[in-house]
Amino acid sequence: MRKFIPPFIAAGFAIALWQSIIIMTDVPRFILPSPATVAETWWKSRALIAEHTLVTLIEILVGLAVGVSFGILTALSLASSQTARVLMQPILVFTQALPVFALAPILTLWLGFGLGSKVAMSVLIIYFPVTSAFFDGLMRTPQGYLDLAKTMQARPRSVLWHIRVPAALPSLASGLRLSAVYAPIGAVIGEWVGASQGLGYLMLLANGRAKTDLMFAALFTLGILSVVLFLIVKRLTERWSDRSRSLI
Amino acid sequence: MTDAPTITITGTAQIDGVPLFTDLDLSLPAGGWTCLLGPSGVGKTTLLRLIAGLDTGAAFDGTITTSDAQPPPPRVAYMAQEDLLMPWASVAQNVNFGAKLRGEVLDTARVDDLLDRVGLTEHAQKKPHELSGGQRQRAALARTLMEDKSIILLDEPFSALDARTRADMQDLAYKLLTGKTVFLVTHDPAEAARLGHAIHVMSADGIQSVAPPDGPAPRGVDDINTLKAQGALMQLLRGDAHA
Repeated sequence: MRKFIPPFIAAGFAIALWQSIIIMTDVPRFILPSPATVAETWWKSRALIAEHTLVTLIEILVGLAVGVSFGILTALSLASSQTARVLMQPILVFTQALPVFALAPILTLWLGFGLGSKVAMSVLIIYFPVTSAFFDGLMRTPQGYLDLAKTMQARPRSVLWHIRVPAALPSLASGLRLSAVYAPIGAVIGEWVGASQGLGYLMLLANGRAKTDLMFAALFTLGILSVVLFLIVKRLTERWSDRSRSLI
Repeated sequence: MTDAPTITITGTAQIDGVPLFTDLDLSLPAGGWTCLLGPSGVGKTTLLRLIAGLDTGAAFDGTITTSDAQPPPPRVAYMAQEDLLMPWASVAQNVNFGAKLRGEVLDTARVDDLLDRVGLTEHAQKKPHELSGGQRQRAALARTLMEDKSIILLDEPFSALDARTRADMQDLAYKLLTGKTVFLVTHDPAEAARLGHAIHVMSADGIQSVAPPDGPAPRGVDDINTLKAQGALMQLLRGDAHA
């Protein structure tokens, strides 16, 4: 329980600072609403916020599932084929040099204003960190394990499944934690470019109508959603991470 | 298991054009322990890896022959200084790892028997990180025995253990590896003096054979002949044997 205390103290401090800025500068509420106003709006609009949160959550989860699957498959094929490495690595690096955000309008054009374009945006953002982390782990199998496998006359497929993949799980775990942080960003960017629902859409809408308190309420909801998602993924991958400590 | 063969390795090895060993001629007698001593970097491990069929990074020009004319690699079991236990698998699964990698039927009765022989029965379901260094090497020994190979290559497998555990492991390994052609690469003159049927010291100048102490191995840690042989080997290693 004790580890939960510091975050609450930090949050309390941030809220106090926020409130004191408002008191000292007397800034209008459409520029910066007070914490109390935001909380009040959040409570009053909870049904509206919940509705849009659900949309964004679905985009994030579908994006995560698709992006992580593609990332894992790519890493596995890169790790098991020299030809795939030679052909795909430059492309992978090049796609990372492109600002993914710039693709958002095109994705909306191609996939429409619905779920598709947001999922695609999330997938684009998640794909590289997962691929890169898992691939890295797959290529860093301790040489001793591979030597042992060779003297045991292991089949190449067994080496991949029984040694390289389990040894790379801690790396995959760090890729998954990153993807949990990136997926909401992708979904929200997708919503900013073109959407009729979702937290990103709600934030834009509220901002346009000078309902800054609602904008903040949606923003905090998104933040909490991301943190909860990260904590869940972290928890789920903890077992794998622990293994890395016992690796030689 | 086929009968343990005699292995003869002759030839020259170099790394990036720099000779590692030249005109080497080493024979590992069938069913006995051959101990190879020497400082780091003279090519002991390279030699062992050549027999195992593993990558060495060295260019080897020579031959590795056996008394039954079959190549060594499929008959080799290998044990290194690190136990190489898979951290995600239990001790029992690790002992059975070779069968799993070859897609063979798992022989759990044999695993139980081997775990009993190395004294790890009660630790069978534990993960490697829950074991002590000595227990981990015993699990690695059980895995090596599980392979049921006639050639055993040991690359300093006991060097990271404390003195007492090391002596215990030497006794246990010697007992369990009887009848196999064992090649032990070691830094420790005491280990070579206790276990070797044949002892060789490798240096930049080549390989020098040393007569093993009298008496059957494993020789007592306090045996006077063994201690004398240990001292002589130490002198040889220090390069002042003729001083």
